[in-house]
Amino acid sequence: MGPERLIEEFEKGFSGETVEASRDGKDFILVIRPEALLRVMGSLKEDPFFYRLLLDLTCVDFRRDASSFEMVYHLFSLETGRRIRVKVRLPADAPSIDSVAGLWRNANWLEREVYDMFGIVFIGHPDLKRILMYDGFEGFPLRKDYPLRRRQPKADKGNAI
Amino acid sequence: MGVSPGAKRTARHMSEGYLTTKFENALGWAREFSLFHYPFVTACCGMEYMSTACAHFDLDRFGAGLTRFSPRQADLLLVVGTITMKLAPVLKTVYDQMAEPKWVVAFGTCTVSGGIYDNYAVVQGIDSVIPVDVYIPGCPPRPETVLDGFLKLQEKIRRQKQEWRWGRKD
Amino acid sequence: MTLESRSEQNSMLLNLGPSHPAMHGTVRIMVELEGERILNSEVEIGYLHRGFEKTCENRTYFTLLPYTDRLNYVSPLINNTGYALAMEKLLGIEAPERAQYIRILMCELSRISDHLTSVAAMGMDCGAFTVFLYMMKAREYLWDVIEFTTGARMTASYIRIGGVRADLHPDYRSALEKAVRETRKVLKDVHGLLDGNKIFLDRTKGLGALTKEEAVSYGWTGPCLRSTGVCYDVRKSRPYLVYDRIDFDVPLGANGDNYDRYMVRMMEIDQSLRIVEQAAAALSPRAPFAARNLRPIDPSEAIRLSRHQRAVGPVRLSPNLEGSEKEVYGEIQTADRRWTLPPKEDTYTTMEGLISHFLFFMPGRGIRPPKGEVYFSVEGGNGELGYYIVSDGTDRPYRLHLRAPCFHIVSALERLIEGRFVADVIPTFGSLNMIGGELDR
Repeated sequence: MGPERLIEEFEKGFSGETVEASRDGKDFILVIRPEALLRVMGSLKEDPFFYRLLLDLTCVDFRRDASSFEMVYHLFSLETGRRIRVKVRLPADAPSIDSVAGLWRNANWLEREVYDMFGIVFIGHPDLKRILMYDGFEGFPLRKDYPLRRRQPKADKGNAI
Repeated sequence: MGVSPGAKRTARHMSEGYLTTKFENALGWAREFSLFHYPFVTACCGMEYMSTACAHFDLDRFGAGLTRFSPRQADLLLVVGTITMKLAPVLKTVYDQMAEPKWVVAFGTCTVSGGIYDNYAVVQGIDSVIPVDVYIPGCPPRPETVLDGFLKLQEKIRRQKQEWRWGRKD
Repeated sequence: MTLESRSEQNSMLLNLGPSHPAMHGTVRIMVELEGERILNSEVEIGYLHRGFEKTCENRTYFTLLPYTDRLNYVSPLINNTGYALAMEKLLGIEAPERAQYIRILMCELSRISDHLTSVAAMGMDCGAFTVFLYMMKAREYLWDVIEFTTGARMTASYIRIGGVRADLHPDYRSALEKAVRETRKVLKDVHGLLDGNKIFLDRTKGLGALTKEEAVSYGWTGPCLRSTGVCYDVRKSRPYLVYDRIDFDVPLGANGDNYDRYMVRMMEIDQSLRIVEQAAAALSPRAPFAARNLRPIDPSEAIRLSRHQRAVGPVRLSPNLEGSEKEVYGEIQTADRRWTLPPKEDTYTTMEGLISHFLFFMPGRGIRPPKGEVYFSVEGGNGELGYYIVSDGTDRPYRLHLRAPCFHIVSALERLIEGRFVADVIPTFGSLNMIGGELDR
């Protein structure tokens, strides 16, 4: 399916949910509304798009400029060799979004990492807890307001480290 | 003007007696040339540790080739690679489980001082967690540097007061 | 919900790691056992989380390059190349052809050393210590080649945005030929030691298997995905550098078990050796600087002379800078001066060169890409290594995210060891090639 047809399909299929659709070389970039995430992702996984591989799932803290968090999903289609970047903007206070762990199994750990680093809550995630930082760590390190060098003393059986 | 360490050592030797001094020298010789190390390997320095231990830059020539994967059986804790805040309690537990006499070598700048990682997650030098005997800097250190560090450790073991009279009150 | 809270009354909880010889450093696997059979498990990572992404937001684009070395630390030059290519896509530039071939040579040497280390560690975990020693020997010869050119054995930070730091050492060919010869010999030996070895087969054949659909669902890429039979290699699917001009095959497995992963890696070493030979053949040799009959001026003398007139004649640079002389600079770095350092001779002898050099490093100046974002991936030792960079127009990245291939691969570990024996955890985990620096960033 040619690139122009694909953009048409996106806009036709997700007309209510798409905020913006554009191209970046061979790949596509789709910005959608948070409510439409599961529907759009489910359709992207199936015919005729077949984006069956979830390459990556991450977040960017745009609270300073756009007062929102931006979730970024990278999907890949093994059949066509095309990538798509799906972006979703979340409000800055109490950010939460549906979990795609039911669609792709690696989303389980990826969403735990985003929760650990940014504090985004994933609704429907089977076991949302920290993955990279230790239990008892307070705060979300990759947020822009967390200083790089803040050290939290870690007490271990009475010995402070 | 205080008493020099050489004078103190001589005085101590003279007060201890010839046989015990010779015995301690022998003990020091035995301990330095048969180091069983516990490689607490985490990161990139582990690759250089592997190179040092293998055929090209053989660590076994110095008597330190035997790797013991249990802290109870090891007398040298070789901390190789970055120690994060999450891992620091594990390091302390492993150190506590080792039996005396024990030595610690900080391998790589991440263990010496946190290295290039000065942030919320990395311990800035393992000497804030456990006492260190020899620091080997480098990111990662060349195997020759590591061997030089081992030689310094052996010299330290040779010169230090050998603890063998446990239970005596001096 | 931890493993303790969901485990049964009569089962035993066993903790493997994080400091464990077969955990390759830093992964903790808690297993719930009934006898020796694993009922449930929980994999805990993050013991080597060094804050790479947050640190990169506080460094300039140029100075964060050494941090990329330490991600997948067994194949550091591939990480460097991935970052440089992502930045080049963002800036819209391309490195010269000689630099592309040199990058391919270095990437493939790194890939060979990654696979050697992985198979060696897997062999050692299964008890084949000879395999470990032989492969480390071969790796030393490869690292000699890298050291000749870059100065460092491992974390070289050799690739630059726009090219490479210096040209290849004039005598690298003999070292390279020796390394290739020794690696081929070691491969043959290890094939003989492991391929038909009953103990190794018992521990790897049929264990840790994953079907194609499951592997895709877990986001697997690289040798682990190819061992299940899915042919996806970034070098073939989206050729970068000059991979489209090089002839190589992509080995595939059939069952996706431990043995297939081992076999795919062994065959990939062979293919990478082919690529290395082709890249070396495409690179015309460079005569050493000393062999050219020129009398170079000492740098301090050149600086003194340049106060009165433009310097004529070559300037003798420090031995550390060998390979980045002005004659070859155009072939190893892009000519676009906004993103690269000027050649050292210009820095020493011309005002413009000095100013460019200072402006490159001054805070707030230097490499300032246009606002935007980019995602670029290369084929790392474990699979698709992607860099997602968001730039806000300043000299520091606003967000730099690494798509770490072994994060996805290790996320399937709980599924792979379920229902197996405890002893099966070791070769399964070894065959996944978990690298802590990449897993935890």
